[in-house]
Amino acid sequence: MKELTDRALEKARGLGASYADIRIVNRQEESIQVKNGKVEGLSAKTDEGFGIRVLADGAWGFASSLNLDPDDIDSVAKMAVRIAQASSQVQRKPVELAPADAEEGEFAFKVKQDPFEVPVEDKLELLMDADRVMRENPEIKVAESTMNFWKTETTFASTEGSYIKQTKTESGAGISATAVGGGDVQRRSWPASFGGDYQTAGYEFVESCNLVSNAARTAKEASELLRAPQCPPDTCTLILDGSMLALQIHESCGHPTELDRVFGTEAAYAGTSFLTPDKLGSFRYGSDLVNITADATAPGGLGSFFFDDEGVPAQKVDLIKNGIFSGYLTSRETAAEIGRRSMGAMRAEGWNRIPLIRMTNINLAPGDWTLDEMIKDTEHGIYAAMVGSWSIDDKRLNFQFATEIAWEIENGSLVRMYKNPTYTGITYQFWQSMDAVAGIDEWHLWGVPNCGKGEPVQTMRVGHGTAPARFRNVRIGVLEEG
Amino acid sequence: MLGRAGALDILKAAIEAADADMAQASIRIGEFGLTRFANSSIHQNVLEKNAELAVKVIAGKRIGYAATNRLDEKSICGIAKKAAEFARHSQENPDFTSLPHAKPIKDANTFDGHTAFYTPEERAEDVSGMVCEAERFGAKAAGAISTGYQEFAIMNSLGVEAYNIRSQANLSTVMTAESGFGYADRASINVMDLNPVPAAAEAAARSCESRNPISVEPGEYDVILMPYAVAEFLEFLAYTGLGARSVQEGRSFMSGKFGQQITGKNITIWDDGLNSAGLPIPFDSEGVPKQHVQMIVDGVAKGVVYDSYTAHKEGKESTGHAAPGGDEESAEPMPINMFMAPGDATVPEMIAETKKGILVTRFHYTNVIHPILTIITGMTRDGTFLVEDGKVTKPVKNLRFTDSILERLNHVDMISREPKRQSICVVPAIRARRFRFTGTTEF
Repeated sequence: MKELTDRALEKARGLGASYADIRIVNRQEESIQVKNGKVEGLSAKTDEGFGIRVLADGAWGFASSLNLDPDDIDSVAKMAVRIAQASSQVQRKPVELAPADAEEGEFAFKVKQDPFEVPVEDKLELLMDADRVMRENPEIKVAESTMNFWKTETTFASTEGSYIKQTKTESGAGISATAVGGGDVQRRSWPASFGGDYQTAGYEFVESCNLVSNAARTAKEASELLRAPQCPPDTCTLILDGSMLALQIHESCGHPTELDRVFGTEAAYAGTSFLTPDKLGSFRYGSDLVNITADATAPGGLGSFFFDDEGVPAQKVDLIKNGIFSGYLTSRETAAEIGRRSMGAMRAEGWNRIPLIRMTNINLAPGDWTLDEMIKDTEHGIYAAMVGSWSIDDKRLNFQFATEIAWEIENGSLVRMYKNPTYTGITYQFWQSMDAVAGIDEWHLWGVPNCGKGEPVQTMRVGHGTAPARFRNVRIGVLEEG
Repeated sequence: MLGRAGALDILKAAIEAADADMAQASIRIGEFGLTRFANSSIHQNVLEKNAELAVKVIAGKRIGYAATNRLDEKSICGIAKKAAEFARHSQENPDFTSLPHAKPIKDANTFDGHTAFYTPEERAEDVSGMVCEAERFGAKAAGAISTGYQEFAIMNSLGVEAYNIRSQANLSTVMTAESGFGYADRASINVMDLNPVPAAAEAAARSCESRNPISVEPGEYDVILMPYAVAEFLEFLAYTGLGARSVQEGRSFMSGKFGQQITGKNITIWDDGLNSAGLPIPFDSEGVPKQHVQMIVDGVAKGVVYDSYTAHKEGKESTGHAAPGGDEESAEPMPINMFMAPGDATVPEMIAETKKGILVTRFHYTNVIHPILTIITGMTRDGTFLVEDGKVTKPVKNLRFTDSILERLNHVDMISREPKRQSICVVPAIRARRFRFTGTTEF
């Protein structure tokens, strides 16, 4: 392997690259879907290739190939330099990289049970059991159970002397029950919606999700939602469960702190950010209780790694400290623009994609409340749980999210279930209204396997540590207004 | 390039290695280059050579699936055996009847050699032209130009053999002029159709027009939706309910509504994979030829699209709409070449006929809130304008909408006569009454 990476780097340098790196990535995937008692997907996928990124004439070029042989190494290195030279024809200023240390070593996340060694029959049995329990409820017309596993080996080498091998195994699972009746359709999921929950872990994580023991309640709630009243319009106290809060952080804290968005390089696709550099260190993002970190070192985090795809070590940094905006997610290129070193957030979906600034694990620090205490302490409000849908403007200010379910809170108790809950607001006003967050006992590191960004689009697996939290004066129930 | 014979040889080897009751193999292979620019500079510039060989094996009614990007003999054999192993270890799917049988496939013009091998230097030259045009308007340019090709071949043990080579060129741009934004996009099988400088001019002009936007209160407004926005309506209809799977599961807005009026009588929507006004493709990912499917005719729910799995459940034939890249039964059939019937108006006429309304260039980050009610939410973006007394008077800050697509298509009173190709659709601009804006933002 070292022979091939050395060859690529020497070739690129010989053709005029001032900097080059190569990533060789080998990935194994397994995916299982059970729907209404039938196996609807049982698939395995293997994928291997390499990508060479170069700086030549002060501009970036990247080329990749599935053929890991010396001839393609040479031609791809040559093409990467040629592309960089083409880039340099339309460029305002040459790219500069913040310094990074040369790193060497071989690293692997340990798992208790390799998911690829667990017999397919055992996995199917677990999903079929959960499926059967959900469909015991006659109003459940669609029961879905899924598992996904990835094992990725990455070799990174750069002209600055880094040579790093990393191995990572990721596992996750989830169930969902869709009830249909009376011209309505309602869904509940467990442990999270849109495919479940994921971690950098082995099959032991899937077993810890307790899919079967939560199947009956999940189905029952979906069924009850068909008869629940519509969430009414109101401006009131909102308590979010951890999984919904994970999405809230993802959309309104994670994406706007990506420094490439701030500098406009995603302007034509995902958008930019309201967090301009003049706000760094002074902008009141949230209440004093809001402490959010980017932590690529978090054990089990779906956004954890040893080194990012520029060879920068995994780090834990403050994004929001005591409510004040304190830091960005950065690359070596963007960090140089603000006079800092990279905090290590450059990640590529695979060998055939250039690394971009991506979230790692964006975590809200726990507080000292419990969910029970928050509800008991609330005179009038809504407790909303699990992601339904999401939308946010292209500077990450105006958001509107829907949850799968909500309950009305009256005088400290949950009094009735509501369907189709929505809430909306402006990012910093919303976070400034947070007045309680639950403690470490209710804190969980959620895995989001489907964050999209970039062109060609790259899907990234990221993490969000959250505990339930309370927000005041939030506008809810948009559907019934008017 | 593999060519038809080379691709089919690989598929034949995979099917033989599977040694199964039934088997299907498909291959996608190609090259794809993309040049991204922002702040009037190229900042990302990439080239990818990749492939995917996928094998589906059926043992009785047990199904296994495996894929790889390795195309050597050992990998081809290995992936076929892995799919067969998964099929053996799986459980029976009683809803599975058969892979599709072979049907004649019509030719479609889907390839242009210049586009397939368009060079990074040529893309840079196109970007340079767009940047110059942006400067002429005092705007900053961002966007992407991509070019490339893909060969797709599919074979099954029941006689299906199909091969297509397809070039593709895409351009999208967002121009920024101080507080103003403008957008344009183009897609074609031929890169010469992109016309990057006029596209840049369209976006840059709009960015200048949308400078210094004012705030307007949310509420119900008549809206003029440009084709970029109308295409998003159709894409969400496709995603939530124009495939047979969602109807069979009762979660589509079409469920129980066939033969009933679901939109205004002036709305007709169909899918036509062979129409060169769109981006034609002769067959789907099962090798079934594309059929013309009427979905909504004069406002009446008429039909949805099928793959072989959903078709066999109803004793029907596939319409050739198996999900692109979706070789598993969990993938849902979708219309991906949609057309909406044009009307007889023009956008200037729509503006002239509007007492008070909002003109929307495009939407951003739309998402479904209720699939059966077709309620979606999203933001406006890249040029939103107030129309008063028959004139565009001021740019406005972006607005959030939360509304039902079908409800709004029930209140369309003007449709433009010149449809445009947008994404997977060919659609006109429309004027719709009482569109529901539910929030505002700061820009």
